[in-house]
Amino acid sequence: MDTASSEITWIIIAGAILTYMARFGGHVVLSRFKTVPPRVLAALDAVPAAVMTTLFAPVALTNGWPEAIAMGLVLLVGLRFNMTAMLITACVSIVALRHLFG
Amino acid sequence: MTDADRADFLQGMKDCVPIILGSVAFGILFGALAVENGMSLYQAVLMSATIYAGASQMVGIELFGSNVAPWLIVLSIFAVNFRHVLYSATIGPRLKSFSFAKKALAFFLLVDPQFAESERRAERGKPISFAWYLGMAIPIYCCWVTEAAIGAYFGKFIGDPTAYGLDFLLPAYFLGLVMGFRRRRNWLPVVLTSGAISVIAYKTVGSPWHVSIGAIAGVLLAAIMAKPASPEPVVDYEAGDA
Repeated sequence: MDTASSEITWIIIAGAILTYMARFGGHVVLSRFKTVPPRVLAALDAVPAAVMTTLFAPVALTNGWPEAIAMGLVLLVGLRFNMTAMLITACVSIVALRHLFG
Repeated sequence: MTDADRADFLQGMKDCVPIILGSVAFGILFGALAVENGMSLYQAVLMSATIYAGASQMVGIELFGSNVAPWLIVLSIFAVNFRHVLYSATIGPRLKSFSFAKKALAFFLLVDPQFAESERRAERGKPISFAWYLGMAIPIYCCWVTEAAIGAYFGKFIGDPTAYGLDFLLPAYFLGLVMGFRRRRNWLPVVLTSGAISVIAYKTVGSPWHVSIGAIAGVLLAAIMAKPASPEPVVDYEAGDA
């Protein structure tokens, strides 16, 4: 079941308000502290990678061979080349592999 | 507007060209995938115009397409954008000359490349004037919102997304973003932990909880591994997010 359309609009508005609070709040809140605990900084620093990993790892490891192999190829391309090359690799390899395994 | 302001504004416009070229494909991709995931063109444009943070917008549309509670989607968007707290704290002291209203606008426009370019300019000893900041931010913002509309409009004509592998683009994009952070401290242990825990949670507890559980595991590990005496981590530019 997909999220209902009116709900999507409200989610966007709530997400926008919280995002703006993060963009403004860091200056307002952190500027009051002389030092921020290193563990808090390290945790904040890890947030984007930790969240985004959960959005590709299950796809790579539980969907089947085409997704697993294609994600491996994208990873290899990403070691040398930029995001555009990675996305082209993703598109071409997943279509070819699904055809092959399909 | 003084001559100095005009020169700063034009310099900002010049500085933002590579960023716009680098993000145009992602802005359009966002619009197209948003429509594939059940959003209207209006909602795609609204999202780019108000949230204005590429990675979190992609997270949002990915979760709209699955059976995830609304509050959890909002929380996920916020979690991905929480890094802006660090940008805001870092750049705040450089914007001392801005009035409150100017600061309020500047922080709304504080996307990853805006932060990175502002830091770069400050490091070269040049002041961050309001004119330069807007010269850079306004074209990036206008392009980002327009790209969402273009992508959403043409996305409707794409039909079955699996036929072109478009459903696989979003996970690949997230892999790319995560790889962009790989020079950060403890990156590999965090990624391996979040990845392993999210797969286990996906298989046992089920979707959507694997997102929060996996993310919390990685963040906790980073906090545990941080050395109390270690220097502050460098806030760096996160590629791929406009």
